[in-house]
Amino acid sequence: MIAFLTRTRHPGRFDLTDWLAWGWAILGTLVVAIPIAWAVISSLKTEAEINSFPPALVPRAAQTITVDGQAKPLSMWVRTMPDGSEQTVALVRRIGLSATVLDPSKPDETFRVPVAELRQLKEFHLQFSNYTEPMKQFNFLRYLWNTVFVTVVATVLTLLLNSMAAFALSKYRFAGRNAMFALILSTMMIPLSVIMVPAFMVIVGLNLADNLWGVILSTVSTPTGVFLLRQYMLTIPDDLIEAARVDAASEFRIYWRIVLPLCAPALAVLAIFSVIWRWNDFLWPLIVLSSPENYTLQIGLSSLQGQFNVQWHYILAMTVVTLLPVTVVFLFLQKYITEGVASSGVK
Amino acid sequence: MTAPASVAPAIVARGERIGDGLDAVMRVVEVPMAALQRLLGAARMPYVFILPNMLLFTVFVFVPVGLAIAYAFTGGTNLLIWDRPFVGLENFRALLDCGSYLEPSTCRYNLFWTAVHNTWWYTLLNTLGTLFFALVTALVLNRLTRGRGFFRAVFFYPVLLSPVVVGLIWQWFLAREGLLNGFLTDWFDTRIIFLLEVGWSRAWVVYVSIWFHMGFFMLIILAGLQAIPRDIYEAAEIDGTSQWRQFWCLTLPLLLPNLLVVTVLLLIRSVQVFDEAWVLTNGGGPGTANTFIVQFIYQTAFSPDLRLYGLASAASVLMGIALLVLTLSQLWLAKKAEV
Repeated sequence: MIAFLTRTRHPGRFDLTDWLAWGWAILGTLVVAIPIAWAVISSLKTEAEINSFPPALVPRAAQTITVDGQAKPLSMWVRTMPDGSEQTVALVRRIGLSATVLDPSKPDETFRVPVAELRQLKEFHLQFSNYTEPMKQFNFLRYLWNTVFVTVVATVLTLLLNSMAAFALSKYRFAGRNAMFALILSTMMIPLSVIMVPAFMVIVGLNLADNLWGVILSTVSTPTGVFLLRQYMLTIPDDLIEAARVDAASEFRIYWRIVLPLCAPALAVLAIFSVIWRWNDFLWPLIVLSSPENYTLQIGLSSLQGQFNVQWHYILAMTVVTLLPVTVVFLFLQKYITEGVASSGVK
Repeated sequence: MTAPASVAPAIVARGERIGDGLDAVMRVVEVPMAALQRLLGAARMPYVFILPNMLLFTVFVFVPVGLAIAYAFTGGTNLLIWDRPFVGLENFRALLDCGSYLEPSTCRYNLFWTAVHNTWWYTLLNTLGTLFFALVTALVLNRLTRGRGFFRAVFFYPVLLSPVVVGLIWQWFLAREGLLNGFLTDWFDTRIIFLLEVGWSRAWVVYVSIWFHMGFFMLIILAGLQAIPRDIYEAAEIDGTSQWRQFWCLTLPLLLPNLLVVTVLLLIRSVQVFDEAWVLTNGGGPGTANTFIVQFIYQTAFSPDLRLYGLASAASVLMGIALLVLTLSQLWLAKKAEV
């Protein structure tokens, strides 16, 4: 292990810059990981624990005990007596600065002690109901379904329409081809933040306001997708297409049966990006969608946070659910994503 | 021995069934497309292929660009363009009506100029900060001989998160009951409500942006670093050049075109800051300390009590011009970098 960690460019020499490089990398990893880990840990805490300060590093919950003659389970406390010895007691009720407690081994004798002598006993506990409760209390399942619908439909349409356009741009010569390619690329320069007001008017004009299709349709054609697929299709030899034409295949059949299957690697990269883009979209759904039953996860999550009584234990659980699919995709396809970004500069 | 023999035909049969199903779907699409080709002729088919895409681009990008400019010259609160009165340059005049551009409170729309000032400072700090951290991290990763793939993945991971998730994770981290305040209480016996103090909240917005986007720019710089030929360094090594000198006299000049492109890309992105800052600061707070231009446009257009589409569009057009200048300079730099 040590030999593995200390292996460097110059064998046997581990100089100052190597130390600094490793220090930076490890410190950076902590900086990236700690806030995310903290959110994940906190999402498993009970509401009482989440609001207590200073925060505990592990999720805990109050230890309870069921005692004969008491209707509800009682919480467990440690009592430090004036002589310094300790005793485990169960709290029956608490009034002001004194508390009524009992010894669990003698459930019939209750006695009063000052609160200052008590310290609560807590045990390790994961509050999974933070994940299940929002499904019932809020429209969380609805948000999830809307997001999945938008992501899947938009990605399928993106792959289909962008590959068709890329096919036309890479395998045919026709009047206006270069102009159209330039026009498509020029849309990269027009961010949504500049055209959001008139784009919303177009959505209203098409009667798609507060409709998931209004979110989907405007995101389907992407200049990045057309560009990526066109570059890939240029590498497919034209002889293949000529041979098919000799066999009397229709143009669409050539696209569908020959070019598309050959583009599978490029389509896969675009599919990964499209899923991540659509899953994470925020500003555009925020403008288009107005009624809660149409919210996507991102909009639903941000609207909950703005409410008067912020229920962080639920918000954090839903945040974790929201980041989970992207994380899983990244874990499995990390190499393709980082290479795709590095080679094409798209995000 | 018997199991594979009995299972294999079943798998093959299922594969064939799926294949048949796909074939049927394909035929359903193919037949009308072949008919269309007979009708139009093969020479017109590329237009058919490109039509859906161009149609969507026209409806959702080109038409809105034209409309944005048209909106900027109209007034009133109606959304539909034909219901809106023409007001000439009034919206621009209102936005630019200022006693002094350095002092937002002297302006007619002081919120716009507050947003411009905030965006300006954010852009400056975010660009410099991200550039610094992305460059150092790329240099570090380029140097590591082991674990490069792992650290590259770790540093890139936040880029894939959604702005809402990033905003919420950090809001919780910086909260009154958050982890950071827990440590502050332990070590210094003090608590800071970071997101309710003007200075702290601004600093954290910049920091969170760097945390969020640094990995993307790091990857681009790393690709540039790996494109530098190794033998240059070997030659320098033989000449006894120190590592410090190697960095200043070899790496940095060779990387400069790449860094310039990254810088302009950063400027373009920073000017459009909105999502994560909006979630992190609960809508630009405290007060208007973190209200940026895009938020001004969004609120001016879509707040139920404002609905000033013309004014919002005028602000969009001004921002669009700034972005266009930046984009053109990026294209110019990218072209120079290639030569």
